[in-house]
Amino acid sequence: MTPAPALSVEGLSVEFRTRSGAVRALENVSFRVAKGETVALVGESGSGKSVTAYAVMGILDPAGRVTAGRAMLGDLDLLAATPKELANVRGRKIAMIFQNPRTALNPIRPVGRQIADVLICHGNVSRRAAPAQAVEMLRAVGITDPARRAKAYPFEMSGGMCQRVMIAIALAAKPTLLIADEPTTGLDVTTQAVIMDLINDLAKELGMATIFITHDLALAGQRSARIVVMHAGHVVENAPTADLFANPRHPYTAELIAATPDSAASLDELAAIAGSLPDLRRADLPPCRYSERCPRKIAACAQPLPLAAPDAAHFVACWNPLPAQVVVAPTVSAA
Amino acid sequence: MGGPDRPGHDDHNERREMLTMIVKRLAMAIPSLIGVVVVTFLLTRALPGDPAVYFAGPAATPQAIQQVRVNLGLDKPLIEQFGRYVVDLAHGNLGTSLTTGQPVATELRNRLPASAELTLLGLIVSIVIAVPLGIVAATKPNSLIDQACRVISTAGVSLPVFFTGLILVYVFYYLLGWAPAPLGRLDVFYTEPPHVTGFYLIDSLIAGDPGTFMASLKQLILPALTLAIFSLAPITRMTRASMLAVLSSDFVRTARASGLSAYTVIITYAFRNAMLPVITTLGMVFSFLLGANVLVEKVFAWPGIGSYAVEALLASDFAPVQGFVLTMAVMYVMLNLLIDILYGLIDPRVRLEA
Repeated sequence: MTPAPALSVEGLSVEFRTRSGAVRALENVSFRVAKGETVALVGESGSGKSVTAYAVMGILDPAGRVTAGRAMLGDLDLLAATPKELANVRGRKIAMIFQNPRTALNPIRPVGRQIADVLICHGNVSRRAAPAQAVEMLRAVGITDPARRAKAYPFEMSGGMCQRVMIAIALAAKPTLLIADEPTTGLDVTTQAVIMDLINDLAKELGMATIFITHDLALAGQRSARIVVMHAGHVVENAPTADLFANPRHPYTAELIAATPDSAASLDELAAIAGSLPDLRRADLPPCRYSERCPRKIAACAQPLPLAAPDAAHFVACWNPLPAQVVVAPTVSAA
Repeated sequence: MGGPDRPGHDDHNERREMLTMIVKRLAMAIPSLIGVVVVTFLLTRALPGDPAVYFAGPAATPQAIQQVRVNLGLDKPLIEQFGRYVVDLAHGNLGTSLTTGQPVATELRNRLPASAELTLLGLIVSIVIAVPLGIVAATKPNSLIDQACRVISTAGVSLPVFFTGLILVYVFYYLLGWAPAPLGRLDVFYTEPPHVTGFYLIDSLIAGDPGTFMASLKQLILPALTLAIFSLAPITRMTRASMLAVLSSDFVRTARASGLSAYTVIITYAFRNAMLPVITTLGMVFSFLLGANVLVEKVFAWPGIGSYAVEALLASDFAPVQGFVLTMAVMYVMLNLLIDILYGLIDPRVRLEA
């Protein structure tokens, strides 16, 4: 791993206050993203992938609160930063693209102006030059006839085009880290591949690190160098992609891989993971939040989870992991 | 790329869309206006009391009453009376008031500016207070301002206008003596400014007469405040609710994540989107105000169309009541048209639907 990561999240915990008690949405989440590297955050709905991203971006819902942890972007701890410091970083050094691009764009502002707003805000372009620069951004994300499209509203565009506009907005200030939160959800399959290629190409071109959030393990396998598997607000496993697929050590990861359509020969072989996410409001949550669904549960699981050094190559949060194997040549390519 | 794809339209296109929309909405208003003409005619005929008896006087003989009835055309069948009414309307003739002997159209024209000035000022005061209050309350939920907002919303709806009006008069005129006597648009020592718009505030400024301006402003403050207090509640509440909804929407999250300034996020992104329901509420509030006006004008002896209509109604004087209701109906239609136009200006999707 490179010595100076683009982003280092250490021990992040987030709590949501609700009417029926506090929800401990994230607990002790740690991972690193090296410069120029693509890391995937993978997990089922409610596992805390998006909350991690929102906490890092400082755009958590008002009910959510960071209770512990650091998120280091260079020397700046994003979680302890003043609003002014955050404003300086958000959109300029870290940018984010969201799922459902149609609703993620301002419905009553022409898309060109939305890009121009960001360009002007981050000060690299004058108010007068911004519209032309916005058209250039649209061209860069592969929109045909960008001068005309710049004047269009989001409702006049397809979902794929809206996502291209989102990418243009996110990359307007040439950030060093891009967080893509399920960027292809709500797009049709052919568009999905095109959008993912676009993000990869632009990330390479700008030397940008990417955090790719998805529930699709197969897609994560194709697109990222490292995968962080999350379950119920915990990081359960964090390993280089090839290693993770060849040698999953956490029982949850193993079941996830078995539940991925790609790896099953027929529908009968396709496994379902027993049980569901535990209710995070419970006061008696076990230290390992997977233990109640886990086929490999042992007595030691009642102890606090093992902690790992943040730079461990293959981290697994389990007292009874699957045995480590000699890594054979991986069949899944790391993008 | 699925679905209709209508990339960027130029300004010319946009203007044509707006124009089409306005013409269509105007055409849609015609049936409702016809309905209003029929209903007002029937309603005023259905009112209790016989105008012929009223105007012939208490000592009149049956023959005299019959004579008055013939003179007024009230002996004719209803359908014929209606036919005449419509023909007169087409000529801009709203009939003549039986109590004052003046043509209704003239009286309405003279009195409308008084009501309009009062209502508009009340609405403007209310907007200036309510909209910023609603925005701040939404951006800082559970803050002191949010609590104040809640108190205003509750208090505002539970106070009837005549009551607030009377309280204001009692405190600021009777107890404190800060406000002038609630007797019309201008103190007796001042003469009304030369008629240009009919709004004393504007006319006195045009005439370069600051004394009259201040005098008419003093008269206006209390009744306008009464109306403002009345309309504060719905506007504040709607602004707050609408802002809260928009602030938690996906595109505001995008705007925040792209590092736009708080001002841009709240005003340019959130508020412009939150304005649509607020404008709808404004339209509704304005029509409530037109109704509330009738009471406020009574309390402050304001020579507007509301008090005119009330007096005519008490005297079973058809023509002014019909004229009043018709004027109100036309104003509602114009108001709704204005709201549609504003909608179209703010939201490009509305222009397309037209």
